[in-house]
Amino acid sequence: MSEQKLQSQTVQTTGHAWDGDLQEYNNPLPTWWVYTFYVTVAFAIVYWTIYPSWPVGKGWIGGASDVTYVNSAGETKTHSWNTRALLVESLNEAAAAQKPYFDKVSSMSYEQIAKDPEMNGFIISAGKSLFADNCAACHQSGGQGVVGFFPNLADDDWLYGGSFDKIHETLVGGRRGFMPAFSEVLSGEQIDQLAHYVASLSGVGHDASKAATGNILFHNDTAACFYCHAVDAKGRKDVGAPNLTDNIWLWAKVPAAQGDAGKVAAIREVIGSGLNKGVMPAWAGRLSTEQIKVLTVYVHELGGGQ
Amino acid sequence: MNFNFKHEWIETNIGLMAVLTMLAISVGGLVEIAPLFFIDKTIEKVEGVRPYTPLEQRGRDMYTREGCYTCHSQMIRPFRDEKLRYGHYSLAAESQYDHPFQWGSKRTGPDLARVGGKYSNEWHVQHLVAPRSMVPESVMPNYPWLLSTPLDISDTAARMKALRKVGVPYSLTQAEYDANVVKFGETVARQLHIPDAQKNLIEQANFGNYDGDRSGISEMDALIAYLQVLGTMVDFSKYTDDAFVKYR
Repeated sequence: MSEQKLQSQTVQTTGHAWDGDLQEYNNPLPTWWVYTFYVTVAFAIVYWTIYPSWPVGKGWIGGASDVTYVNSAGETKTHSWNTRALLVESLNEAAAAQKPYFDKVSSMSYEQIAKDPEMNGFIISAGKSLFADNCAACHQSGGQGVVGFFPNLADDDWLYGGSFDKIHETLVGGRRGFMPAFSEVLSGEQIDQLAHYVASLSGVGHDASKAATGNILFHNDTAACFYCHAVDAKGRKDVGAPNLTDNIWLWAKVPAAQGDAGKVAAIREVIGSGLNKGVMPAWAGRLSTEQIKVLTVYVHELGGGQ
Repeated sequence: MNFNFKHEWIETNIGLMAVLTMLAISVGGLVEIAPLFFIDKTIEKVEGVRPYTPLEQRGRDMYTREGCYTCHSQMIRPFRDEKLRYGHYSLAAESQYDHPFQWGSKRTGPDLARVGGKYSNEWHVQHLVAPRSMVPESVMPNYPWLLSTPLDISDTAARMKALRKVGVPYSLTQAEYDANVVKFGETVARQLHIPDAQKNLIEQANFGNYDGDRSGISEMDALIAYLQVLGTMVDFSKYTDDAFVKYR
């Protein structure tokens, strides 16, 4: 009570009274608060003069700070501070740092890059991050692929060819897999016979007599599998037809199938319904020429380059 | 100057207090939003951006219905790391027909602003049905019902009419159609014509066969059609690397 009395002598009240004697002190703001407030105001004014701030008519005040950069057309330009200009500048800086390597990538042949230990280090680190960002979603982080969907890049079995040039071609233009649905032209029995024959090629358990009939269907015009898979059933890389004799499976889910009958059924499924998938996107528009070359060598080095 | 301010003036005048309170709390919005309607460089002048086709638009409805935006942004910022991972930074022009836009700021999953064309349709089907079959470390939920649920196309035209009301140039009349032919070319203009919405949707779904199943049009067809067009409308190879600097 005595304290309140003391305060009421030194601090003004707002002047009005409620309920007869209820009054309100009019305390000033703490000094530190007031000065902090003034500092923030001063900071804002300084900030406005340096960086883009107030809208004026159809534009805005650009501020005193600017960014000078060289664009892709080689022109040196200065623009009031903004993040887009900063990006051009920072990409240029990064490109300059990578230039010695990318210049080498451009000028060297694939074979030279693969043999040069220093370049190999660059390919492994740059290729790894490019692969992780762009390829791993389908081909998985180690390039092992997914049976039934995306080919393994770490083995030596290639659909379209595993040479540098072929890998490059695949990356640039993309691919599209296709196999007709043979249920439309063959009987269920014939498809079964073909499945047994294909199983026999890879040493999967099969019925020998069915496989013998399948062999005939495969090589005559009834099924004409040899058009794409070749007479020796080792495939044709120009049309992306896989080798059927190596016990490596992409479309038919043979590895996961239970028992010989299950494995043959997995093959029968592919022959019957065909394939209209195996789409690889084209990367020419998304990645630079040098990036594609790095990836070409990286994929080639993953295990099975030819 | 003998100006003796008293907050009693405000505190004892409820009308004045209401007006001043309104002013104080709307300042932030007014100074940040209002100028964008007057600044003529807000939306970049760029070729190729068009409204979504009926199928893509229905796919976008699936995208919002399933809450994809809670984990995926569609806004590539102008930073080096984003450019390297996702591609060219997003332009305001690219989401000018989005209502509401899907920019977002929460990335539990990757940004999707330029996911169009990056993966095959088949990958999308598998990935949406069972994400971990494609990306083992993924935490994305499974969306198997997209593949098994037929797309409801009965209200396609009504949905486009609603978007037309908020400014998307879908055409109802011949005059609007002709204007679209001039603005977007005939192929696109046909897709934007509301009276043909259902026919166009069915045609695109059958031609594209996005879900790999020709027996009908599923919600998956629509969603993949939408995902595959994201970020693909502008051909950035036509522009220098600083073409959009002047807009900011």
